[in-house]
Amino acid sequence: MNRTLLASLSGLVLLAACAQAPDQGGAATGAGQATGPRPGTQEDLVANVGDRVFFDFDRSNIRPDQAPTLDRQAAWLQTHRQVRVIIEGHADERGTREYNLALGQRRADSARNYLIARGVDGARIRTISYGKDRPAVLGSNEEAWAQNRRAVTVVQ
Amino acid sequence: MAVTMTKQILSPTAFEALERLSLSRRVLLAAVPVATTMLTLDARAQAERPVIDITRARTDPLPIAIPDFAGAQPWGAQIAQVITANLARSGLFRPIDRRAFLQDTPDGTPRFAEWRVIGAQALVTGRVDQQGERLRVEFRLWDVLPGTQIQGTAYTTQMANWRRIAHICSDAIYERLLGEKGYFDTRIVYVSESGPRDRRIRRLAIMDQDGENHRFLTDGTWAALTPRFHPNTREIAYMSYARNEPRVFLMDVDTRRETLLGNFPGMTLSPRFSPDGNSVILSAIRGGDANIYVVDLRTRRERQLTFGPSLDVSPSFSPDGQKIVFNSDRGGDQQLYVMDADGGNLRRISFGQGRYATPVWSPRGDLIAFTRLTRGTFAIGVMRPDGSGERILSEGWQMEGPTFAPNGRVLAFWRETRAQDARGAGYSCRLASIDITGFNERALPTPTDASDPAWSPLIPG
Repeated sequence: MNRTLLASLSGLVLLAACAQAPDQGGAATGAGQATGPRPGTQEDLVANVGDRVFFDFDRSNIRPDQAPTLDRQAAWLQTHRQVRVIIEGHADERGTREYNLALGQRRADSARNYLIARGVDGARIRTISYGKDRPAVLGSNEEAWAQNRRAVTVVQ
Repeated sequence: MAVTMTKQILSPTAFEALERLSLSRRVLLAAVPVATTMLTLDARAQAERPVIDITRARTDPLPIAIPDFAGAQPWGAQIAQVITANLARSGLFRPIDRRAFLQDTPDGTPRFAEWRVIGAQALVTGRVDQQGERLRVEFRLWDVLPGTQIQGTAYTTQMANWRRIAHICSDAIYERLLGEKGYFDTRIVYVSESGPRDRRIRRLAIMDQDGENHRFLTDGTWAALTPRFHPNTREIAYMSYARNEPRVFLMDVDTRRETLLGNFPGMTLSPRFSPDGNSVILSAIRGGDANIYVVDLRTRRERQLTFGPSLDVSPSFSPDGQKIVFNSDRGGDQQLYVMDADGGNLRRISFGQGRYATPVWSPRGDLIAFTRLTRGTFAIGVMRPDGSGERILSEGWQMEGPTFAPNGRVLAFWRETRAQDARGAGYSCRLASIDITGFNERALPTPTDASDPAWSPLIPG
């Protein structure tokens, strides 16, 4: 959680920087970013924007506390117009495989729809669901499940 | 497995054998002590008096002697061992310890007194003859008390096929003595799982119901899930992530040739064949909603059966093809719904505690098996198609995905063990089987972790 907050703060700083010096191909780097990830890459997304949003149990609506991450992703995608992404929807282990495949897909679609509503071209966003079969956190407890109910944006 | 197998009824003639069968079945069953173990039933099951006769499994298992078959070895001994293991696993037979036998390999009419004295009620004898590359297997089932033959059959087949002969004999014994079809000449297709849990390799694998003749059907390049048998037992439908597009595929399990079911928009999942084998029912996700579709296998055209903003998955036909059960969150959380095969007449059937998922209709038509999910535990249970008579068969940390053996008496499912730390140590998933009475739960052995079992119908021919 702390990491997410930090990521969102640094994301705001980066977006401010980007607004002044829009990136063209991801190759140009300002002096201040020499050691950071290349803009427009997955590493950039993870470090400076936040690549994932989390969901409540058995729900696929975007939580108010998660919306800012998608807002930043939308802005980032507007900046890096050459980038195409795939959104991977996931579920925690406390469900059946088939239903969780559907739930993960609905979560991915929910995140995609949010980005489209923020002006991102839907043709740039694919979705896929892995259900409960690819947990991010391997524990069997509430903390792990909260981290596994997620939609992850991955640069193609 | 394209197998030529010839079958021949041995004397006494089929007609006589049938006559003796009805006679001796009465004798045998009458000899089994009447069920007095009703007190082991839980209160719920006792209160609801199931319509179907499930009390038989609570009788003592039938004592049966299966000495090595005479003639060519090692087949004679191996066939007897496979039959013994099958019948023991069913929980309905008690194969007598061979160390108690007074005769080793009876050839010809047994000396019944020597089988009576060790408590055998039924006796299986046989003889194997090698004929070039083929085996001829004679098998006889005897009613020990009156000393009469119940069945005599001979099979001729390729040598490599000896296990199927043993399974076919097991089914014949099961059917003659219990009055219902067996389930031993069947296979199980499932998902073999290996590697760390966040990067698991999931491959389809197939094996005989006793775990033998195991082989992989996919190489693990792409994950494959939820395999289901066609009624012909040679084809399966499943979901594959091939080229990162999760869609339903079909495969011939002998040639391992895969074909895409069709180019339908969106993710397609949870396929199952119709009982006539002419169509596949599945769930397709479009615009964030999962609805049920049926795809005609000849035209490959789809027809939508459910509509609306819900997640409708895991459809399963009734054995007469007239109804479909599936699970849907349309009422707020996952519950079971039954509708007509054309999508009409939809109604909810699950009303117990928790969420309900993965419904599957018994091949006998009398029950629907399901997974029930509560916050603390998952359970496998059965209910009648109208939702009444719910019984939980097994409960645990996580289990799901029941699949019926073709006689509707036994279920397979998968059971997960909880991870003990943040690295996932201790997690495992394995297959299990259980009688629909809730008794006789057993592990189904697999070389790796395993999930998503599907039990085939009896193999034809």
